Amino acid sequence: MADISRADVEHLAKLAHISMSEAELEKMTGELGVIVDSVKTVQEAAGEDIPATSHPVALTNVFREDVIGHTYTAEESLANAPDAEDGRFKVPAILDEE
Amino acid sequence: MTTTPHSTDLIRLTAAEMAAKLRAGEITSVDLTQAHLDRIEAVEPTLNAFLHVSAEEALTTAAEVDKIRVAGGAEAEKLHPLAGVPIAIKDLIVTKGQPTTAASKILEGWMSPYDATVVEKIREAKLPILGKTNLDEFAMGSSTEHSAFGPTRNPWDIERIPGGSGGGSAAAVAAFEAPLALGTDTGGSIREPGAFTGTVGTKPTYGGVSRYGAIAMASSLDQIGPVTRTVEDAALLHELIGGHDPKDSTSLPEPVPALVDAARTHDVAGKKIGVIKQLATGEGYQQGVLDAFNSSLDALREAGAEIVEVDCPSFDYALGAYYLIMPSEASSNLARYDGVRYGTRVLPEEGPLTIERVMGATRAAGFGEEVKRRIILGTYALSAGYYDAYYGSAQKIRTLIQRDFDAAFEQADVLISPTAPTVAFKMGEKTDDPMAMYLNDIATIPANLAGIPGINVPAGLSDGLPVGIQFLAPAKEDARVYHAAAALEELLGGKGEVIWQQIPDLASSSVDV
Amino acid sequence: MTETQTEAQPLSFEEALEKYDPVLGFEVHVELNTKSKMFSSAPNAFGDEPNTNVNEVDLGLPGTLPVVNGKAVESAIKLGLALNCSIAEYCRFARKQYFYPDLPKNWQTSQYDEPIAYDGYLDVELDDGETFRVEIERAHMEEDAGKLTHAGTSGRIQGADYSLVDYNRTGVPLIEIVTKPITGAGERAPEIARAYVTAIRDIVKGLDISDARMERGNVRCDANVSLMPKGTTDFGTRSETKNVNSTRAVEQAVHFEIRRHAGILSTGGSIIQETRHWLETSRTTSSGRPKSDADDYRYFPEPDLVPITVTQEWIERLRAELPEPPAVRRRRLREAWGYSDAEFRDVVAAGLMDQIEETVEQGASPAVARKWWMGEISRLANARDIEPAALGVEPETIVALNVLIDEGKINDKIARQVLEHHLEGEGSPAEIVQARGLEVVSDDGALTAAVEKAMAENPDVVEKVAGGKLKAIGALIGPVMKETRGQADAGKVREIVLAKLGIEG
Ligand SMILES: [Mg+2]
Ligand SMILES: [Zn+2]
Repeated sequence: MADISRADVEHLAKLAHISMSEAELEKMTGELGVIVDSVKTVQEAAGEDIPATSHPVALTNVFREDVIGHTYTAEESLANAPDAEDGRFKVPAILDEE
Repeated sequence: MTTTPHSTDLIRLTAAEMAAKLRAGEITSVDLTQAHLDRIEAVEPTLNAFLHVSAEEALTTAAEVDKIRVAGGAEAEKLHPLAGVPIAIKDLIVTKGQPTTAASKILEGWMSPYDATVVEKIREAKLPILGKTNLDEFAMGSSTEHSAFGPTRNPWDIERIPGGSGGGSAAAVAAFEAPLALGTDTGGSIREPGAFTGTVGTKPTYGGVSRYGAIAMASSLDQIGPVTRTVEDAALLHELIGGHDPKDSTSLPEPVPALVDAARTHDVAGKKIGVIKQLATGEGYQQGVLDAFNSSLDALREAGAEIVEVDCPSFDYALGAYYLIMPSEASSNLARYDGVRYGTRVLPEEGPLTIERVMGATRAAGFGEEVKRRIILGTYALSAGYYDAYYGSAQKIRTLIQRDFDAAFEQADVLISPTAPTVAFKMGEKTDDPMAMYLNDIATIPANLAGIPGINVPAGLSDGLPVGIQFLAPAKEDARVYHAAAALEELLGGKGEVIWQQIPDLASSSVDV
Repeated sequence: MTETQTEAQPLSFEEALEKYDPVLGFEVHVELNTKSKMFSSAPNAFGDEPNTNVNEVDLGLPGTLPVVNGKAVESAIKLGLALNCSIAEYCRFARKQYFYPDLPKNWQTSQYDEPIAYDGYLDVELDDGETFRVEIERAHMEEDAGKLTHAGTSGRIQGADYSLVDYNRTGVPLIEIVTKPITGAGERAPEIARAYVTAIRDIVKGLDISDARMERGNVRCDANVSLMPKGTTDFGTRSETKNVNSTRAVEQAVHFEIRRHAGILSTGGSIIQETRHWLETSRTTSSGRPKSDADDYRYFPEPDLVPITVTQEWIERLRAELPEPPAVRRRRLREAWGYSDAEFRDVVAAGLMDQIEETVEQGASPAVARKWWMGEISRLANARDIEPAALGVEPETIVALNVLIDEGKINDKIARQVLEHHLEGEGSPAEIVQARGLEVVSDDGALTAAVEKAMAENPDVVEKVAGGKLKAIGALIGPVMKETRGQADAGKVREIVLAKLGIEG
């Protein structure tokens, strides 16, 4: 069984910004353990010398011309906003600072 | 209405036949569209294949096409071959003027201010858009049971699932609610529902169809593709939606290959078809599936194809690699749903009202269980100290799988396997066992990991339920899968007519108008 | 926050330097002046109505995808070359993931272990003309975030009731330049900090890849400071003062942080690793956010973008477009003009190097150009409370004025008046002289009359001159000028006086 603790899942939930109840954390810990156990077999075959593939079809240097395209009006930008004020998106207080 | 053939017959035509009748002026697009809307009204209470039906918009487009046809001249000449043939769109693809939810509560009520590139193309070609089809939330699932708006049922047996994530599109096409639909395929979400509903579905070469406007699950795996009842119809739709898009950096620069031509050629004599050892036997494969597969091989062999066995040893790690890469990318792609700019915002029930806690509560209430499971798994796989072991290793497996395919395509023109190890399973059968659900995708995910094209084509029934066969071809050789699939379709009785005669009649007689 | 910063009185700078060696590090963010954004075609523009310079990509709407601005990549390569970096043959973008409301996708598209430019250096020029080499770790491309406004009594994040987000700035192309740890700066650390940021600003301006206006945040500096006890080589814990946006403030922030660290360390305390804010009013820093375990950015290669490969031909084509590096240019001009170090420094400080260079190119001598720009023009600008370069005087105007002087048509005093009239919009110097009849009176008849009048009214002066005190002629020039309304040529006056007295000039 993969070494994933409830505290690990709690940390992951925090990183992922998903509030979880005790019961959910408990359940998720068990499920995650099972899944990780079955997927971690990839390590057996992933030798040092094998390059990683991040893109299935190899393209390089796809660029855009530096030309201005369409924009939204403030009204269009905010059309789906849960909350707005003064043409801006309104969010509750931020405690943590980046 | 008076000149129209019986509408129940009309909806059973192939898209190519509908198009031909429209062009010949034998039917109108309004009648054709209305016939499908009637069918939707009749069977939706049972199936729940649609999350939104846009009758008015579809009929407006249909009337426009009819008007152009009646007027004739250059405008009518310029109409796309599929103009006036209705289509349904998976609700993972954004549309202006119609809601897009990804079958998630977190996007409930969201209206996209822009169209996906494929939707732009469909509008330009004037295909009436019937509505948006159901799916597993954010395309995460193999049964369409993980939709926040209720599961879709399989028209072959309403106690069973239609496959997923594109169960809505597959069921809609199988139940004659739409002749054409769009799906998305990240690990088999077009092909596996295809197998379970008897529909044809293609996962194009990665980059062959623009992803712009397809709500991302796993960016390096996702592809939009056609869902239809015949190979030819799939090719017609694929040619319409394919091609380069400057808005998608991963879009291939090449034009779409001649897929319709390929789908109209059925000769497989001398072609080498490779049976993937790892995907043709083993535990988990139902006998009925293997029987249909073997009959298909026999038919192909009789038609002159050479059947060879190919070995793809790294496929044993494909599922592991997929269930690391997909959740990793998904955990990132779904970070934007936080209740700040759009979608649902949920306030915490107690405690201080900070943005952190509001995001946490929004995502807790807005995402379903499977989505949360994958986000947590992906967050784990990418987190400090684990990246190399998980995401990094999985990307190496990707390289190995590509190498296996490269070697296999040295020996064969196309590869073949059952699309899914089983026929459609019962609703609720696997919802409590994520790993059992994941195992469904065993045959379809290697193509996504490698970026190559794959198609599902129905290959008969097993105890009244469809069995699907998958063809795979090298990247950018999508024409080969159409050719092989069309050949098999022909060998097994022609455009699936044999199986469609056996689908249960879902609707009451009141459908007839 | 579990740990609290040890509080202690900052040491004096001198005391701090007696005990510790500072180690510096800088992360400078440069906003590029491309027309469109890094990954979307929305305009890269400043000061517009909130949430109007955005499209679906900038708002992070479902289904959207990024496409790289090729111009921004070229800017990054050029900057890399200007910083003497190696340019990566192959590099990728990565997602740096953290949730913050100014980040529409809740990740920043940046570069992680594969920056486009790496391993460079910059020789920065200090006030005394010495140069100090700053090693560059990397320069990478990324996107800017949106702008948060905190509503509440303080306007600061702490205690705000709510915040408002404007996404206009999201996706603006940035290049982040990261130095290697800078050791050996000693007491010159604050000066080096200022000189380094000034040099970066001048380079990006010279390359024309950024508007380089620090007050607008086009160039923003995060300054890292740590101390090691003298004689030791293990780096101490660092603090990172974020977003310092003037070269002077960077100098002051480093100065203060050295003193603050020394105060804590010398009383047995320990520094906690944290970000700090620069407080312009008190010229101190305040505690920001501690680095914590939560800083797990889960970087991975951006799957929606394809890798960038840079060929040698591409590099050479861009290298050929590079302007002369600012430091090289300064050295060349100082030598060519023959100014003293102090004179040259003043010119640079006044921001008049370009103007003087152009004035000299158009034919004025370096001395004359300096005299005008650093003298009268600076004085006029000062009176108007603007930068001399912003006064609107063209180099050709100065050259034209000087030609008139050389031809003897006007004198210095008149030239200054002409300049003022020019600034009032009266036309070219020649036109003004013509229109206002300001040409020096060299017509012998009128001038001789004026000189005779002055000599008659000042017999005592005439006597002194006749007695050999030639300097006394000066006392006659004033009255002659008065008579001719300032248009007399002083040399000519002298000639006439001497001739009348029969003295050999
Ligand atoms: Mg930084
Ligand atoms: Zn940065």
